Order: sequence, then C-alpha cells, then structure tokens
Amino acid sequence: MAAGGKIDPMHQFVIEPIAGSFQANNPFVFTNSALWMLIVLGTIFFFMLGGMRRELIPGRWQVAVEGLIGFVDDMVHASIGPEGRKYLPWVFTAFIFLLFANLMGNMPFGIVKAAHPFTVTSQFTITGVMSLISFAIVLGVGFWKHGLHFFSLFMPAGVPLIAKILLFPIEFISFMVRPFSLGLRPFIAMFAGHILLDIFGNFVVQGFNAGGGGIGISILCFLFVAFISALELLVAAIQAYVFAILTSLYISDAVNLH
Amino acid sequence: MDLASAKVIGAGLAAIGVGAAAAGVGYVFGSFLQGALRNPAAADGQQGRLFIGFAAAELLGLMAFAIAMIILYAI
Repeated sequence: MAAGGKIDPMHQFVIEPIAGSFQANNPFVFTNSALWMLIVLGTIFFFMLGGMRRELIPGRWQVAVEGLIGFVDDMVHASIGPEGRKYLPWVFTAFIFLLFANLMGNMPFGIVKAAHPFTVTSQFTITGVMSLISFAIVLGVGFWKHGLHFFSLFMPAGVPLIAKILLFPIEFISFMVRPFSLGLRPFIAMFAGHILLDIFGNFVVQGFNAGGGGIGISILCFLFVAFISALELLVAAIQAYVFAILTSLYISDAVNLH
Repeated sequence: MDLASAKVIGAGLAAIGVGAAAAGVGYVFGSFLQGALRNPAAADGQQGRLFIGFAAAELLGLMAFAIAMIILYAI
C-alpha cells in the first residue's frame, strides 16, 4: 500500500449542500442531490417536449418518445388488463425518472470537479419514497374497489382450512415486505455498481503510479472499468423496467384480486 | 480477534450470498433459453415473467451485498 492512498468508495454518495448549510433550524437546503434531480427533470422535460409534435409522419425523436410510451403502455395493459390505462401515468413517471436518473448518474464527468454527477437513485430516500407511493396506490385502489374484501388477497381460494392458517401469515409478510424490496432493488443496484467503478478506477491510477508490473494491472483494470460501465448501462435500464413491471403487477393484484 | 479483522471476515462471508444469487440468476435465464429455443413463438410473451424471476433472484444477492456493506461501514 505504499503506492497510493486509502480508497474511499463511499465519498461519492455524500450529500453536500450547495446553497445554505445543514443546521438545526434550517431544514430546507439545496443540495447536490436536489440539483441533479432538477437536471434529470429538465432532461426528461425536453425529451418529452421534442416528441410531442404530433406530426403525421413522425421524425426520429417522436418515434423514440412514442416507442417508450407504447412500451410501458403495452406492459401495463398486459399485466393489469383493460383497466390498466388509469395507472399508466404513475408507472410511466416512475419508469422514466428511474431510467434517466440511473443513466445520468453513470456519466463519466468525475474528472471535472464541479460537474461531478450525483446518482440520485443511489440514495434509499429517493427509491424508498417512490416504492411507498406505489404501495399507497395499491392499498388505496384495493380498499376503494373491494372494501374489506381486499383481505381475501391473503386467502387463496380453494385450499383446505389448515393450509389457509399456514398460508395467511406467509402471504401477509410477503405483501408487507413489498415496499421495502421494491425500493431496495434500484438503490442497491446503483450503489453496488458505483462502488465497483470507484474501486477499480482507483486501481487504474494506483497501478500506474506504482510502475513496473503495476502498469499491466492498470491496463487490465481499465478494460474492466470499460466493461463494467457498459454493464451499468444495461443494469440502469433493467432496474427501471423491473420497478415498472413490479409496480404494475402489484396494482394488478389490488385491481383483480388474484 | 479484534473487531476490525472480524468485520472484514464477516463481510467476506456475506459476499458468498452474492455468488449464490449469481447461480440463481443464471438458472433463471438458462431455463428461459431452454424453453424459448423449444418454442420460439411463445418466448416473446414471457419476457415479463422472465424479468420478474430475475428480479426475485437478484434481490436476495443484493441483500447479501447490503449486509456486507452494513458490516463494513455501519458497525
């Protein structure tokens, strides 16, 4: 460990105030997390604005936007059924926010000090609140449509009484764990990927500084970082897709009751 | 054994769970390919279920990773 300093992979997740400072009497602080959420929001806004030209023969941009909406619409329709269109706004909002936040967090601007991208989805507060909104929609729709009959979700029909007594706590626990697991998944995926990238990025620099055989290791690590970056792009899309499809499945449970 | 070395050993043990989840994710996609090659016409309709199975298998590995991180940094 003579060549380099200590690797600190957690530093990239620190939320720092940009305007104002963290004090006991000042709960509203503009942080780098808030700044990057606004940047993601602006990007989504301009992306959608460019696709809303309603031309008869769509250009490339309009095809991209319409394809994305059609993709989520098909998914919601396949899992919820004909009633699914009502829930499309939230599912599409969650999908496109997670997709853009994940992808923009992967931008390799770490060399420039001020433009360091902050992955907003690498904080459990963001994904946890999104999964809580999904869970609240499930509960609200379930109790609104079915009343107390909603509890039959935990009672599979057509099983003997003894099996029901065993199945009820299992189904109940698996239902109550949903918001936790739904929010944990995109958070951990981004968190783990960025730690991996940070550690191997440090290996590139430290191996190069060590000289001799270290340069070989440095080149290997560089190739590995390039490969992992490509994998991160795939993971970013998959996690957004998984969040959207699980949300629509849970809503389908509440709408159709098995 | 002092706390620092016990933490590193515990995090390493927790990382075994990530490897187990890798086997699970591989099994999900492998089984899907086996079925899809036998009946390619029905494969496209099952992609949603493929990703649900993938998400369920992956979550357990991610939890093992989260426990390793908690042991390393939060204790």
